[in-house]
Amino acid sequence: MTVYLVRRLLQALLVVFAMSVIVFVGVYAIGDPVEILISPDADQIERERAVQSLGLDLPLWHQYLVFLGNALQGDLGRSFVFNEPALKLILQRMPATLELAFGAMFISIVVGLPLGLYAGLRPNSPVSKTIMAGSILGFSLPTFWVGLMLIMVFAVQLGWLPSTGRGETATFLGVQWSFLTLNGLSHMAMPAINLALFKISLVIRLTRAGVRETMLMDYVKFARAKGLSPARVTFVHVFKNILIPVVTVVGLELGSTIAFSVVTESVFAWPGMGKLIIDSINVLDRPVIVAYLMIIVLMFITINLIVDLTYSLLDPRVRLEGKGA
Amino acid sequence: MSDATLNGAAAAPRKDRVETPFRRFVSEFMESRIAVLGLIVFTIIAFIAIFAPWIAPQNPYDLAQLDIMDGRMEPGTVGGAGFTFWLGTDDQGRDMLSGIMYGLRISLTVGAGSALIACIVGASLGLLAAYAGGRTDSVIMRVVDLQLSFPSILVALMILAFLGKGIMNVVIALVIVEWAYYARTVRGTALVERRREYIEAAQCLALPTRRILFRHLLPNCLPPLIVVATMQVARAIALEATLSFLGLGVPITEPSLGLLIANGYEYMLSGKYWISFYPGIALLITIVSINLVGDQLRDVLNPRLKK
Repeated sequence: MTVYLVRRLLQALLVVFAMSVIVFVGVYAIGDPVEILISPDADQIERERAVQSLGLDLPLWHQYLVFLGNALQGDLGRSFVFNEPALKLILQRMPATLELAFGAMFISIVVGLPLGLYAGLRPNSPVSKTIMAGSILGFSLPTFWVGLMLIMVFAVQLGWLPSTGRGETATFLGVQWSFLTLNGLSHMAMPAINLALFKISLVIRLTRAGVRETMLMDYVKFARAKGLSPARVTFVHVFKNILIPVVTVVGLELGSTIAFSVVTESVFAWPGMGKLIIDSINVLDRPVIVAYLMIIVLMFITINLIVDLTYSLLDPRVRLEGKGA
Repeated sequence: MSDATLNGAAAAPRKDRVETPFRRFVSEFMESRIAVLGLIVFTIIAFIAIFAPWIAPQNPYDLAQLDIMDGRMEPGTVGGAGFTFWLGTDDQGRDMLSGIMYGLRISLTVGAGSALIACIVGASLGLLAAYAGGRTDSVIMRVVDLQLSFPSILVALMILAFLGKGIMNVVIALVIVEWAYYARTVRGTALVERRREYIEAAQCLALPTRRILFRHLLPNCLPPLIVVATMQVARAIALEATLSFLGLGVPITEPSLGLLIANGYEYMLSGKYWISFYPGIALLITIVSINLVGDQLRDVLNPRLKK
């Protein structure tokens, strides 16, 4: 287990390193670093001074080391637009994105699991067919357009829910959260559902496939032959075994939910880091772009690492694989 | 359909038709009515996209034809130019129906074009990985794994953040997002195929590697590749629409479906739904029809599901 853990950690570090090189090369070598790092309003003398102070006259590998050194100290540059450290800007907006993503994950499990279970247990009923057709629609519907339609129906025509913003927030652990107030929750409802749509379809399909596969297993047949009640077979024997892949995928999807919240946040003007990155790309506020990319890459690698490690705890085959070979 | 026609249809091919793999493929594909419907719908959409300049009532990119006085008209109103705006107009007085037809052109071109380039790049690298094995294989597949561990939108955002906005950059971003799927698919199939006798025979004939790869190995890896390509075209269209909606894609003067939807965003709140609604429907129908075809192709071409 320790060997596996160390090897997996080393792999993760290697990926972080590789991604930092890619982001660095992307921003410093493909783009013009003077354009990127120096405010466009600066005059010629200011530019030259900045080129020197930023070390842009140094060779590329040297520049990379400086960039890496600063990044390790949490210095990812200052935003041109807000004139604040880029890292701080992103961290300020992170809770909004996180609560939206977790809200969406919660909805996708609460809605997706029961529907998938039903569709798996009764694959031929009309209800199941409707569920599966709905899940195809969930995969095909463009997220941003569904968001607009939600606004049109529930905010403009029915007037039930507010269309934009975070609403009232309450402080918990020193951070502002929307889900703690009723007003905040009403603001969160539409974006969270919008973000969840794709994941609901995914959970339904995974659960259905898992149930259909598990129902054919010998131990399920045996449990039924023993005369256990259908409910017990379903919820103890089947359900427990399909949970592992579903939980893994949902965990892995957390990262992609955070990434895709870029779209939902733009539609609902949700002040998270996704909206910040789009605004930053649009006004070429590159230090914020670099900081966002580095943070989200780090986040991804961490999530992947945690899921992998949890998986190896749940499924002994994964951690024994190395020993056998 | 009566029993007699069913029997007649089933009996006829046996008499005068030899069953070729292609015919079998077509008849298996036809088994799913919804997939056939998807194919028909997609053909119509492609037709509209290709012939948009001849069938659209207006050229939405020609500013001379647009009249700002026709702006934000409701569906069904008759405009200054004398024809009816069946789907209304946007803020610049652009006929939405024409806008959608031209938008489809851009969406389909970008989607299919990027899928094609990604397919060529990905399939070549996948073939190479499977055939060469060893270090080449592990390097290529590590890059594929690394890339697939990040969601498509993030990779696309990253590339657009490096390269800046613009339609060409969107195509580049889509190619970089997609090639990994093709590479993985082709490699998986090619690994199985390269152990077959015909490859050994080709090697014994001392054929050049390039010929073995593209004339012998590739044709036998095609079925899964076709399935992936179909699905990826739909994904590429959706991703392009999303990026354009976010303002990172096509220029505002030549809107694709995503940008048309984005243009309607601010008018949505005042109840002018049609500017965003109809392009979205067009996008949805396009994506669903491609996915339906892809789903059936997967079932037909998957050897594991063969009866």
